[in-house]
Amino acid sequence: MELLKKMKTTKEAKPVANKIKIGHVHLSGCTGDLVSIADNYLGFIKILDDYADLVYGLTLVDVRHIPEMDVALVEGSVCIEDRESVEEIRETRKKSKMVVALGSCACYGNITRFCRGGQHNQPQHESFLPIGDLIDVDVYIPGCPPSPELIRNVTIMAYLLLQGNEDQKVLADKYLKPLMALAKRGTTGSFGDLMYDVINQGLCIACGICAASCPVRAITLEFGKPQGQRDLCIKCGSCYGACPRSFFNFDVIPEFEAISELIADVLK
Amino acid sequence: MVSDPYLGKYMTCVSARSTDKEILKKAQDGGIATTLMVYALEQGIIDGAIVAGEGDRPWQPRPFVAMSRKDILKAQGAKYNISPQISWLKEATRSFGLDRVGVTGVCCQMQAVRKAQLYPINMRDVPDKIALAVGLFCMVNFPYDSIQALVEDHANQSLSSVKKMEIGKGKFWVHTERGNVATVPLKDTHKYEQPGCHVCLDYVSNLGDISTGSVGSPDGWSTVFIRTKVGNDIWSKAIDADLFETKPIEEVKPGLELVTKLAKEKIDKNRKTLEERRNFGVNKALRDPYA
Ligand SMILES: Cc1cc2nc3c(=O)[nH]c(=O)nc-3n(C[C@H](O)[C@H](O)[C@H](O)COP(=O)(O)OP(=O)(O)OC[C@H]3O[C@@H](n4cnc5c(N)ncnc54)[C@H](O)[C@@H]3O)c2cc1C
Ligand code: SF4
Ligand code: SF4
Ligand code: SF4
Repeated sequence: MELLKKMKTTKEAKPVANKIKIGHVHLSGCTGDLVSIADNYLGFIKILDDYADLVYGLTLVDVRHIPEMDVALVEGSVCIEDRESVEEIRETRKKSKMVVALGSCACYGNITRFCRGGQHNQPQHESFLPIGDLIDVDVYIPGCPPSPELIRNVTIMAYLLLQGNEDQKVLADKYLKPLMALAKRGTTGSFGDLMYDVINQGLCIACGICAASCPVRAITLEFGKPQGQRDLCIKCGSCYGACPRSFFNFDVIPEFEAISELIADVLK
Repeated sequence: MVSDPYLGKYMTCVSARSTDKEILKKAQDGGIATTLMVYALEQGIIDGAIVAGEGDRPWQPRPFVAMSRKDILKAQGAKYNISPQISWLKEATRSFGLDRVGVTGVCCQMQAVRKAQLYPINMRDVPDKIALAVGLFCMVNFPYDSIQALVEDHANQSLSSVKKMEIGKGKFWVHTERGNVATVPLKDTHKYEQPGCHVCLDYVSNLGDISTGSVGSPDGWSTVFIRTKVGNDIWSKAIDADLFETKPIEEVKPGLELVTKLAKEKIDKNRKTLEERRNFGVNKALRDPYA
């Protein structure tokens, strides 16, 4: 892509002063998503050094109220019996330029869909909704937990979108587009989506990546085609997200080598 | 770098054949895929490779992670039915502990791999561990039962007696162990195709590091596209190590002209199918997966 060539030559202009503000908002989730952020190791530190300030984060930052942010990474679903959580997600929307549903609980409800209450010391906490059921969400990062690399890519692209030059903005926009489309598509994600949108439409090519992406091995291949065991499926939506026939972005994916290099460069 | 609407981006294209006698004996064409994976394994470029090995039934492939030359050789030859290669992508880095994964597969499987690299959804530790992806040209694939029907009902051969299958010169060829050759006209095979292939917009594995197929080169030789820096690096080293004989693609018959013609036919036809999906009369349009 011409675009990438141009970007490489203007990379020197990277202004450290214009860091974006990111926050980690923790709702009902297992903290696996936060661990995934941290699992970027030095890459994460590099992001914090050069591109982003972490302005909010239960476990890492001593700030009580949700501040103004460029990017809010929201982990977990919302317990609607808990007024505070409901207010927190509304506040997050109000104060953030870009709300990212981080992980399958925030995107699709995931395992929290199976909660039936009865937990000490809040037995009445029993209804958990993905954040998209309460607010508009801009970007989805599905995964249980989401991969550190996807969190890194989205963070870098968010930086380029907000602070980059014109070419960088165009690339970041193209990269984020399918993840934005996932956010628009809805708040339910399970093997069923793969059935409805891919297999039942005669689009499946039996590549098998849905099975590879499933964290609970609920997908087997029968006659070469994916078969979901519905009682195992935790509704994380990963299989759908990973399938090349759910979305395939011809603007971005064929540039895998140049974009991977660009990301590696940014993290140097 | 050449950039062609039908052949994708590539640095070089040659006609080639392995110099490894043992590999050539059972190779589908020039033995490119197998030779490259064996070389990469022996050089430590990969720790293992996902290949289409032997399945439960005759000619039914099964993806598996090969970690030795012997195992890679077991996957030689094209099986024209489904092998869900990419189902092992994450497991290769987990259960098999590979830090550098090699993978062979058809065009759509290369798409799945590259999507997983750039949009790694539940693919932790996968993106930077793809060390070599060798893509095969692919016009279309078949479910196992289709191949059974074609070989047993149309070509009148028992699957277990088959030595090699080939698609070329307008026909589906079945060669048996005892020297029998049966053919089925390609027009009779169409109704057996996997439907998902009818929206596929790639013929020559545009997203492989190296991609290879028979079309364009003489019998026993392969057409090879070197596409990425990774691919170029490995190919150059393999050439220096005398693993392949090569000829300029311009000097062989039928050459790139035929590859382009077939790629164009496939992609144009499938673009039309995508168009038709939007007006298909089931009260509701069918999805265009690329929209
Ligand atoms: C379904 C299918 C359709 C094809 N269509 C065309 C075509 O239209 N035009 C053309 O020129 N070439 C086509 N090919 C490619 C061609 O048949 C040879 O596979 C290719 O030239 C490699 O030959 P080789 O001697 O280098 O491979 P070898 O060294 O013999 O190795 C074969 C490799 O293919 C892999 N493989 C075998 N079967 C499958 C499968 N079902 N799915 C995924 N991987 C598999 C094995 O893992 C192995 O690594 C097709 C291949 C397949 C599998
Ligand atoms: S089948 Fe697996 S990957 Fe797909 S939604 Fe269910 S749990 Fe997630
Ligand atoms: S990922 Fe999509 S195309 Fe691949 S096997 Fe699963 S459903 Fe089919
Ligand atoms: S035609 Fe395309 S979709 Fe079908 S098997 Fe070949 S590469 Fe995959």
